[in-house]
Amino acid sequence: MPALSPTMEEGTLSKWLVSEGDNIKAGDIIAEIETDKATMEIEAVDEGILSKILVPGGSQNVSVNSVIAHLTNNIEDSNNQTQEKKNNISPEDNNVTYKPSQNENDFANYSEPQKTENFISVREALRDAIAEEMRKDDRVFLMGEEVAEYQGAYKVSQGLLDEFGSKRVIDTPITEHGFAGIGVGAAFRGLKPIVEFMTFNFAMQAIDHIVNSAAKTLYMSGGSVSVPIVFRGPNGAASRVAAQHSQNYASWYSQIPGLKVVAPYSASDAKGLLKSSILDPNPIVFLENELLYGEKFSIQEDKETYIPIGKAKKIVEGNDVTIIAYSISVKFAIEAADYLLQNHGVNCEVIDLRTLSPLDEETVLDSLKKTNRVVVVEEGWSICGIASEISALIMERGFDDLDAPVIRVTGKNVPMPYAANLEKLALPCVDEIVKAVKAVSYI
Amino acid sequence: MVDISKGLSVKNNNKLDYYYFMQLIRRFEEKAGQMYGMGLIGGFCHLYIGQEAVVVGAQSAISQDDAVITLYRDHGHMLVAGVHPKYVMAELAGKASGCSKGKGGSMHMFAKDKNFYGGHGIVGASTTLGTGIAFANKYLSNDQVTLAYFGDGSANQGQVHESYNMAALWSLPVIYIIENNQYAMGTSVSRSTKQKQLFKRGEAFGIPGSKVDGMSVLDVKKAIQKAVKHVKSGKGPYIIEAMTYRYRGHSMSDPAKYRSREEVKKIRSDSDPIQSFSDYLIDNKLTSEGELKDIDKEIKKIIADAALFAEESSEPESEELYKDILIEV
Repeated sequence: MPALSPTMEEGTLSKWLVSEGDNIKAGDIIAEIETDKATMEIEAVDEGILSKILVPGGSQNVSVNSVIAHLTNNIEDSNNQTQEKKNNISPEDNNVTYKPSQNENDFANYSEPQKTENFISVREALRDAIAEEMRKDDRVFLMGEEVAEYQGAYKVSQGLLDEFGSKRVIDTPITEHGFAGIGVGAAFRGLKPIVEFMTFNFAMQAIDHIVNSAAKTLYMSGGSVSVPIVFRGPNGAASRVAAQHSQNYASWYSQIPGLKVVAPYSASDAKGLLKSSILDPNPIVFLENELLYGEKFSIQEDKETYIPIGKAKKIVEGNDVTIIAYSISVKFAIEAADYLLQNHGVNCEVIDLRTLSPLDEETVLDSLKKTNRVVVVEEGWSICGIASEISALIMERGFDDLDAPVIRVTGKNVPMPYAANLEKLALPCVDEIVKAVKAVSYI
Repeated sequence: MVDISKGLSVKNNNKLDYYYFMQLIRRFEEKAGQMYGMGLIGGFCHLYIGQEAVVVGAQSAISQDDAVITLYRDHGHMLVAGVHPKYVMAELAGKASGCSKGKGGSMHMFAKDKNFYGGHGIVGASTTLGTGIAFANKYLSNDQVTLAYFGDGSANQGQVHESYNMAALWSLPVIYIIENNQYAMGTSVSRSTKQKQLFKRGEAFGIPGSKVDGMSVLDVKKAIQKAVKHVKSGKGPYIIEAMTYRYRGHSMSDPAKYRSREEVKKIRSDSDPIQSFSDYLIDNKLTSEGELKDIDKEIKKIIADAALFAEESSEPESEELYKDILIEV
């Protein structure tokens, strides 16, 4: 099973396009594989005879690197010594190449995601939020690179073109500064744009319109021109995409008066907060996380919930230490809290900020009053970060409640390295949170 | 005779109205320059003197439903949209009675109720934002046109070309008006680009365009009317390059070392848009010198009153500092 995207761990072998015994030539399309991002056709580079299919078509959750078939060089070989087809195929390998499917019908059979046991992925939650708000208000439209015909670079907008048509689900050229500005102009005129950045790394090209045109116009116009717009997309580190594609922009946008900044962790928060963001009359920067797209969370079905912007959420109740986090860092905070309870009897309270601007200062300070110890976790850099802001807030408004200095567990202040071991070192991890909690607890 | 609160539109058939608004802008700007010198106006203040025919000609070619957006040389655009000079002057003076409550200043003025969308301080931004307004109008199927003004300086910005590309791709109802006053701050067009025919850059994107004498209000009006017809027929965007000239510096703090006094003097005497238009009106017996003098007198009073209004208005209350940052939900 080839790895076909940086974040793919398993995939669905949708169907074989060849049968056992077929003579395969280099370039033949042999199978269709559905990854976490798209459905792709796999081409053979080696030639030979497909002697045995080990993983039948329709198999789900096939792990990357597992053997899916045997390919032999000639008929004589096929009976005795079989040459195992190389399986750890990546796009760079010469053995098998891949290409995104050009077939428009790939998604024709798309149906509502299976919500077994009321579990839903963050990706589906975001899509559902957009679809629900688009059904309610004709002024809402989605614009960005590959949002329509490609069904979303990360599949978030899957199925939306079919339902809403090309007038409201709009593919743009690769022109971030341009389409961000067009989105803001459309919002001036009364539409409610959702502008998707393939990732927020590319929004740096557009940041002038986010900051100067979207955030400041209400103020500069004395309240007469509002900008109801959502800028959304994945933010922060993905996996092995190195420095230019792995930056957390949370503190950049949170510094701007006139912007609201949302960064959810769970699927239900992603959905409820995106719905609120689309409804909100202000410009919103909605920071998603690529690694969370595929994570499933329980969600209350058939219930439309608007989660208020500006409210943090207590994920784990505890009395000893408060761990504050947002986005993917919440996951590590929960794991650390669990470990500390099991192994050290330390009862941590985990707070998911959910919104970074405006910050829910009261929830932070209330928890501090109870625990008197705080660790802040942030995937982004420590310098001038959200964790730094929380630390300053606590010093200014909660100094008397502190029994230990606040500790920040953050991304290291380096450009994101490519090498797997270095990337791991650059990011905050559970172990570092555990150590920080122990330090503020003096254990 | 002219209701300045209605501004200009294609309904203004009386050519005297064009004279009226050009003169209104000039006297307004002269007064603003004077008040700047007296310390009553601060910061950056970009005067429109010399370019009046462009905005007056263009505005009188569109209807009141059509949208307009520009950059920071925007006082004239506010006036022709029908915002009373006293609110514009009060904004320049940073007063609570200003059109942005004193929080925007010279470069950031808006009149959404009159379809004027600012007033933007970042060179080039009006093209993308204007293209977005046009996008919305097409989305809403409302037949409205957007005029997106920018200068020869903006023409070299990347986002202008990004706008051209998408406006053409999606056939958006937008007219790009390049107010080519020949100097981007202190850099002349010939020192900024090899292709000095700025409207021709549209060709690369499939956008037609033309050049017009921006010192002739009637020529500008005619050119914009032609562009409006093109855009309204669904053929997509159009570019008008209006050749004009600003008499004053880029802003009030411009030492103007990049051009000679003689150059400015020559244009003022040979091709001033107001002088040449008043000559035209008189030569064609459309008015008399007496009538023009009456208009001048009326405008002088309006501007004097506006200056007084601005001076006497109070500064914004301290509480205003924290208002209008976000809309309360």
